[in-house]
Amino acid sequence: MLSGMQDELIAIKGHNGGLLISLSATENWQSVTDQLAARIDERVEFYSGANITVELGERPVPKYELSSLKALLERRGLTLSSVRSKSDTTRKSAESLAVPTMNQAAVENVPQAALETAPVNPEETGTHGVLFRRTLRSGRTIHSDGHVVVFGDVNPGAKVIAAGDIVVWGKLRGYAHAGAGGDQSAIVCALEMSPSRLRIADFVATSPPGKRKKIMPEIALVRGDQIIVEARD
Amino acid sequence: MGGKVVTISSGKGGVGKTTATANLGISLASLGKRVVVIDADIGLRNLDVIMGLENRIVYDLVDIVEGRSKLRQAMIKHKKFADLFLIPAAQTRDKMAVSPEDMVKLTDELRQDFDYILIDSPAGIERGFRNALEPADEVLIVTNPEVSAVRDADRIIGLIEAADKGPGKLIINRLKTNLVKKGEMLSSEDVFDILGLTIIGIIPEDELVLSASNSGIPVTLNLQSKAGMAFNNVARRVIGEDVPFMNLDENRGIFQRLVRLLDGR
Repeated sequence: MLSGMQDELIAIKGHNGGLLISLSATENWQSVTDQLAARIDERVEFYSGANITVELGERPVPKYELSSLKALLERRGLTLSSVRSKSDTTRKSAESLAVPTMNQAAVENVPQAALETAPVNPEETGTHGVLFRRTLRSGRTIHSDGHVVVFGDVNPGAKVIAAGDIVVWGKLRGYAHAGAGGDQSAIVCALEMSPSRLRIADFVATSPPGKRKKIMPEIALVRGDQIIVEARD
Repeated sequence: MGGKVVTISSGKGGVGKTTATANLGISLASLGKRVVVIDADIGLRNLDVIMGLENRIVYDLVDIVEGRSKLRQAMIKHKKFADLFLIPAAQTRDKMAVSPEDMVKLTDELRQDFDYILIDSPAGIERGFRNALEPADEVLIVTNPEVSAVRDADRIIGLIEAADKGPGKLIINRLKTNLVKKGEMLSSEDVFDILGLTIIGIIPEDELVLSASNSGIPVTLNLQSKAGMAFNNVARRVIGEDVPFMNLDENRGIFQRLVRLLDGR
């Protein structure tokens, strides 16, 4: 998990190319939202531009509270794209704010059981990631708390932000940020490595200007205190 | 079998959408097709000016949608082609006056009597673009061979794909061969490399386009114009003909050709 185990009030994980934020259903609303704001502000770069699904559990959230949560996210460049809740009140609030809603109970029942029966051992089964089997065009932003694999190009103006590694089976010409949770061992690889900007953990690199003569698969990683790019042949 | 709705879009403004729409309309009509062109840029109409039909406007798109005019009343027949009609945009209203559903209803009616319905989409990614996209069977994306236009085209293509109307075909407008050769302008290959879309037309830069637009006689009607010929070729590709791309490299004057000859090249 990206955020570690510092508290149970807020859980954040990757979800359909955006993020799923689960907020405690019992704790004081003010302190939950304050903590959420603080959590986002710690890593503005990572969260910026993300589509957010908020999970609110049993808590009945009136319209004004939900509206201020929406505003809190929007001020930080995030979009509240849907709300999951077990409470009718909360779902009504979301509807009146024109935010799509889902009954959280319905979501939980099916996949939860499947997850429990399949404990993940990273040594054997690897770590999780998402695959995008298309070119990411300008304006598209992908967030993941695992790895991201793009089978296609990442065009200028598109962004990929992953807590793990980024693999592009195509041309990487947009923005890529691997190890966005601070993992310096994360790597970025691409068949053509010409990102507008590349980040691994807190290290930043840009492509040298001008056209590349020879194009080959390359891998970027952190060595010492900078990002280096190596050919893989 | 109904007609086909082709939307001309771009993302960035000023790349030549309206010029492309007008010229495609004329070319398709001259190929014997029955054509309607719709100006979907409500509030900033100018397709009528480029087609030389400005002074004939009585009703417009919003009048049709709001029921003040019958469809046929608002359609303006072209001076030269009996089977080419224009539905102008409203000047005084904004794009919210028309909804995507209105456009679908309107084009469904037109499909019965026409072979091609061309929609000139406004710039941007808001309501006007949605209006133009919703009824489309095919989308042509106009771009210039420059970085900012290509970037916006890429964004638009993403939205077109997301709406399941994609991926569309590309018209590269205002290509300057001499600048490409000097490495100062993106080539059509560079544009293809980024956007990855089938190219349906490459239109060379041509001063005749400007004077044609000002006079309201689209450049396809000028047989001297390379851009006009290129637009004609696009129209023929739209109706399914296999037309080779023009060689844009031979626009040297007689003097240069003579020098080359004497030079033994």
